[in-house]
Amino acid sequence: MKILILGCGRVGIYLAQTLDQAGHQVTVIDRNPDSFAKLGADYGGQMVVGTGIDEDVLKKAGIEKADAFIAVTNGDNTNAMAAQIAQHIFHVPHVVARLYDPVREEIYHLLGLNTVCSTVMGAERIREMVGA
Amino acid sequence: MYIIIIGGGKVGYYLTEHLLKAGNEVVVIEKNPKKVQIIINELGGVAIQGDGSDAGPMLEAGMNRADIVVAATGDDEDNLIICQMAKKKFNVKRTIARINNPKNEHIFSVLGIDSTVSYVDALVAQIEREIPAHSLIHLLTLRDVGAAFIEKQVPEDSPVIGIPMNELSIPQQFLIALVIREGQAIIPKGTTKLLGGDEVVAVTTLEQEDLLERLFRGELIRRQ
Repeated sequence: MKILILGCGRVGIYLAQTLDQAGHQVTVIDRNPDSFAKLGADYGGQMVVGTGIDEDVLKKAGIEKADAFIAVTNGDNTNAMAAQIAQHIFHVPHVVARLYDPVREEIYHLLGLNTVCSTVMGAERIREMVGA
Repeated sequence: MYIIIIGGGKVGYYLTEHLLKAGNEVVVIEKNPKKVQIIINELGGVAIQGDGSDAGPMLEAGMNRADIVVAATGDDEDNLIICQMAKKKFNVKRTIARINNPKNEHIFSVLGIDSTVSYVDALVAQIEREIPAHSLIHLLTLRDVGAAFIEKQVPEDSPVIGIPMNELSIPQQFLIALVIREGQAIIPKGTTKLLGGDEVVAVTTLEQEDLLERLFRGELIRRQ
């Protein structure tokens, strides 16, 4: 699969490394070129510097041929906008946005976006673990 | 009218001042406490500190009873999400988004934000107005009603020169509203004839924007 990952933070790096290892064609996009260093020497995918809400940056990263788009920057609004661009303008088959804010997550889920709210998932898991 | 403005920078500040003077109820949501304090000191208790794309400050500002929400921050992604939250969560009828990067106008339109204001586009249009050119200028686009005000200069060799307006076959939903000749505004009548170099302002539906060009090429001259 050709997979675009927006945001080279902890989640972005983990996804990029594991998907690259699994043999997928991975491109990571981030505004800050320094963030790519943490991908490590073993990472064999592409890196594109730029903002993920710019159509030209997304085209440069190959969004027109992408099978999946994953938005995991630390900004909920950037993720929600970038994912909507991927879904509604470039018609990428699989689009996922990570959102921290449960309220925003609920709204974008209703708007037909595939969303993951790590806040709720983490909190629910912790509740399970303490049995409360 | 109750208007909520998100973003208390220069745009938000002057907009608030203007709308308050016009007798509206206005609340500004601004992240930066210093900017909030400036607004409170100078314009009164009309500012709330918080992230204007968070449901908390939106609720605190009474967004569910707002007539208009203006997303006026310097970040397009925030302005998009603010408008979508206002519409979907708080059922606000009218939202207006400031667009910082003109490339985003198309994206906002596809994503259902019908009313946008782009300063860069406005400046570009103004510059185009100042520089003599033959290109089509978009003075104002009202995307939510599908209409636009456009302007174009009559080329010196246009076949339409000297033909009275009432001898042109102007289609429905298209109006030549104004002719600017040597700095003078002329509201055209049936007998008005266009001259080379005239600036013509037309009101049109978005689908018919090419009509001005066709008019100048002589395609709309009624056959005798």
